[in-house]
Amino acid sequence: MPRRSRLHIPHAHSRPGEEPDFSYLETSPAGAVARPDVNARVRDISHLSVDLVRVLDDEHRAVGPWHPHLDPPELQIGLRHMLLTRVYDERMQRAQRTGKISFYMRSFGEEAVSVAQCMALRPRDMLFPSYRNQGLYVVRGRPLVDLMCQLLSNTRDMCKGRQLPVMYHWKEGRIFSISGNLTTQFPQAVGWAMAAAIKGEDDIGVSWIGEGSSAEADFHHAMLFASVYQAPVILNVVNNQWAISTFQGFAGGEQRSFAARGPGYGMAGVRVDGNDFLAVYAVTQWAADRARTGAGPTLIEHVTYRGAAHSTSDDPSRYRPKDDYEKWPLGDPVERLKNHLISLGEWSEERHAALVKELEEHVVESWKEAVQYGTLTDGPRLSRDLMWEDVFKEMPEHLRKQREQLRAEQGG
Amino acid sequence: MPQMNMIQALNSAMDIMLARDPNVVVLGEDIGYFGGVFRVTDGLQRKYGEHRVLDTPIAEGAIVGAAIGMGVNGLRPVAEVQFADYIYPACDQIFSELARLRYRSAGEFWAPVTIRTPCGGGIRGGQTHSQSPEGIFTHVCGIKVVMPSNPYDAKGLLIASIEDDDPVVFFEPKRIYNGPFDGEPNKPAVPWSTHPKGEVPEGYYTVPIGKAEVVRAGQQVTIVTYGTMIYVCEAAARSLGLDAEIIDVRTMVPLDVDTICTSVKKTGRCLIAHEATRFSGFGAELSATIQEECFWDLEAPIGRVAGWDTPYPHAFEWEYFPGPRRVADGLKAVMETP
Repeated sequence: MPRRSRLHIPHAHSRPGEEPDFSYLETSPAGAVARPDVNARVRDISHLSVDLVRVLDDEHRAVGPWHPHLDPPELQIGLRHMLLTRVYDERMQRAQRTGKISFYMRSFGEEAVSVAQCMALRPRDMLFPSYRNQGLYVVRGRPLVDLMCQLLSNTRDMCKGRQLPVMYHWKEGRIFSISGNLTTQFPQAVGWAMAAAIKGEDDIGVSWIGEGSSAEADFHHAMLFASVYQAPVILNVVNNQWAISTFQGFAGGEQRSFAARGPGYGMAGVRVDGNDFLAVYAVTQWAADRARTGAGPTLIEHVTYRGAAHSTSDDPSRYRPKDDYEKWPLGDPVERLKNHLISLGEWSEERHAALVKELEEHVVESWKEAVQYGTLTDGPRLSRDLMWEDVFKEMPEHLRKQREQLRAEQGG
Repeated sequence: MPQMNMIQALNSAMDIMLARDPNVVVLGEDIGYFGGVFRVTDGLQRKYGEHRVLDTPIAEGAIVGAAIGMGVNGLRPVAEVQFADYIYPACDQIFSELARLRYRSAGEFWAPVTIRTPCGGGIRGGQTHSQSPEGIFTHVCGIKVVMPSNPYDAKGLLIASIEDDDPVVFFEPKRIYNGPFDGEPNKPAVPWSTHPKGEVPEGYYTVPIGKAEVVRAGQQVTIVTYGTMIYVCEAAARSLGLDAEIIDVRTMVPLDVDTICTSVKKTGRCLIAHEATRFSGFGAELSATIQEECFWDLEAPIGRVAGWDTPYPHAFEWEYFPGPRRVADGLKAVMETP
């Protein structure tokens, strides 16, 4: 028989009604991966893009060279930030279900990525998030009321009613506006970082996309420019296994890790257990030091799992097993950090339950305040005149005319 | 007054802005060491260094994406896209990001990026080096669209674009880089030194964005045009002995409706001319606006002369190009209607 070419169609390892199957996932034991010097040459550290950096072992101990040796109070703050993110997400999901907001996206299962990374960065570092990085806002301390007002498109909406829920921005907190078009922020973060280097400042740029979005041209644009100019930037691919219904193999994760694209472009690539708070923190610190000291950019692949639906418009039971997340081999980031703190004697189930209750109350109180400023359907509304502003810095004549036309159309 | 061609005038604009504002950077393919395929950035890297005049990989989407990030971080980038025909890979970054960043972030983030790009035909460039895609950009809310037609305006408008806090797509009609062109390819080339608009001050000045210019006053008909077509239209009107008022649009967004409509109301007749393809071209917007504003003053239907609605064919350049014959036919139609 003559040999023939063959079209390969990637398939998810398990679908609804089947047993979850994560046999494709390659992991390394906690503590097993060497931690090179931050100035190591890319060609000498390619193992980092294949292995999986892990610090927390199955007995909840922190082990190995990547152990960041954070003080217990810092770990407790990290746990608090992750829990607040989770509680906020749950509450906003319910608000969407009751029709108070039009749309929501949770980060359930991925909280360690935003929280640990943001804690490992400096306040002046500029963040270019995707739509599942609400933990960044929690760590940098934006009041939840402000985020909720954005979700509600109400009179205190930071976006003045122009953006879909969760597309926040915060100039003062140095968090860039979320687009909604995938991966566009990646080359922008690189350009931002290039400007920092041009100006001789030591702030770095950091950006996030999902593994599905790494298929976009902007991913490759960003990688190329980051590498060519050795821009002080950290580019994160959050591999949460699912791009809506499409599993990570369809974005190219089947043949080789996403992190391995780093060395492919001549930059450091690190594959990290994204549900291991300590490992994410340590890897981010390493990459940030590397960027800040002129040793170049890093691509970090966070191996994690999208525990919730893609968005409130999505039903994952139609494309993956219902108990997929429960069987995810890398566990849950909140549970793992909690158990680590308990094993250190620095936390307890009682304190944990009390914290959850406190955060839930905080979220409920914030919501009560936020809805006073209006919702999409009730209460005070933003002035319709705002829709004409900020198209340009100064309003041109044709927009003035259209504004008058709308005023007339709506009776003054 | 020094004489400059358009290339020198554009170079002078960037030179002045690089010197005046430490946040101005210039980036693009072949623009640094080499000075650009049309020499527009010649000498700038030598003068201002590799960190301010950056050669880039061949990735237009990345050039614009990075320029946005630079703009957000306080720089004032001037990005070159080597040919307007190559701008399409950058369109998501231009349309979805650059144009709407100020709006979507309620004014908190914005990027003062100028994108320079040579456009237009008449240079035997075939279908990938001759396009005039300006109309596509005018359909996007949040970007200004500029096209100068002479060295004086080129310099003044480019300085104004670089200083503008809104994004600007700046089209350079490359057929007239070295001299005005009346659409007759077999006539000897005419240098800018023979034209009053080839006199360009050495120093800083601006030509305001959003202002059209009456380049020839006349009484019988208004010709609304821009770029290379200014000179083609002048020649066509002259050949018919018409006293035409010729308006150089200069800025497509925001459009100077007043200057255009004041003229049409005076003459009562209007021909619109551009190199770009006709269907859904910028001429359609001009025609609709003039009709709405000037209907009761019009003595004839508004005429349109444009490139044919085909790709730009290499072997049939002069059949394709809207030369003086096609413009003259258009003028006759506008004049002959009772």
